[in-house]
Amino acid sequence: MTAHEQFADDLALYALDALTGEDRAKLEQHLATCPACKLELEQLRGDGALLALSTIGPKPPLRSRQRLLDAVAKDTAARTSASPTPRRSWWGFLGWAATAAVIVFAASLWKENAALRQSLASSTAQAAQTTRELEDLRRIAAPIIDPETQRVTLVALKTPPQPQGKAFYLRNRSSLVFVANNMPVLPPRKAYELWLIPSQGAPIPAGVFKPDAHGSATVVNPPLPSGAEAKAFAITVENESGSATPTTPILMMGAGE
Amino acid sequence: MKSGDQSALAELYDRYSSVVYAVALRVLGDTGAAEDILQEVFLQLWRNPGAFDAARGNLGAWLAVITRNRAIDSLRRRKPETDIDDVIVSVAPDLAGEADRSRAAEKIRGVLGAMPSAQRSALEMAYFEGMSHSEIAGKTGEPLGTIKTRIRAGLMTLRKAFQT
Repeated sequence: MTAHEQFADDLALYALDALTGEDRAKLEQHLATCPACKLELEQLRGDGALLALSTIGPKPPLRSRQRLLDAVAKDTAARTSASPTPRRSWWGFLGWAATAAVIVFAASLWKENAALRQSLASSTAQAAQTTRELEDLRRIAAPIIDPETQRVTLVALKTPPQPQGKAFYLRNRSSLVFVANNMPVLPPRKAYELWLIPSQGAPIPAGVFKPDAHGSATVVNPPLPSGAEAKAFAITVENESGSATPTTPILMMGAGE
Repeated sequence: MKSGDQSALAELYDRYSSVVYAVALRVLGDTGAAEDILQEVFLQLWRNPGAFDAARGNLGAWLAVITRNRAIDSLRRRKPETDIDDVIVSVAPDLAGEADRSRAAEKIRGVLGAMPSAQRSALEMAYFEGMSHSEIAGKTGEPLGTIKTRIRAGLMTLRKAFQT
């Protein structure tokens, strides 16, 4: 309940963008100076979100996913060509990581190719054989480095699904997306806490989450100190309000690839 | 380029696209237009992920609200009015999983179903049709003050249902 009862009904309408005219102008004036009403507005928007979440319907067509990824690729390419020092996308560092992996891989191919050519220079037939081998290597590597690759994880039958977390972290923007699957059910009033493990110093809290009934959870852009270098990420179980330092043993951990 | 670049977005798409699409379809009633909004919302998230502040809400609810706002703008053929940076949503359930979402949706529909029909329809006209309080008053023939009170009471009923 807002401290300013006279604005209560108008706030609810404003939260749904249904307030117009003079009433809207008056309320906006008041909101500029009233933190209590601002807070109430956020809560009312949350109440409105429940209406949005009441909707059910068919899933989006399958083509939508590819359409989005194509648009993102196009968008990234446009930005890259538009600016000599392009602004990297938030998860762009992963692209750089992938590109770096491809470069390292290509360099190793090139080195292997050069060494083979030198030692086999006397034999055209053997050089052709080398080329074929390199082609084979490229074919073998294609599923690893091709962006269109479908990735599937296979597990032994009749074993419970293993908990898994994936962190996508962009240090220069302090941006983090974390997605978890198959997380075990938590005791009451407990939550999982994600930790950024820096190269030096204590673990940094990187978000508290509770998985849904299927063990899935998402953490997006938790508050992080700027520029923290992540040596690894880890998960512990903490009180649901979160903790400033880990108080239980690490359950899951992963270092950058 | 750039399987890694896209994988984070793809994960979020796989998790939340059905919410976004359902909201857009409910407002617009047209699959093509809903698909366009779905694209627009995720592209915005891609271009400006910092707009979402995890400390003050959860992603599923935030995307649902952004989608509703964009869909209403599209319905009323107006330029986007709300900057996504400005939208903060306080709501409890994250609803990242399909099962949680359908359970919550069922609960919300139950609460809506138990409301007096005039109250529910005022809420739905404002939320899903983007009508202002004066337009709702004009359509229903009810006084402005009654519409205001109904909408607030409806939102409070929803809030209460998720506080217990």
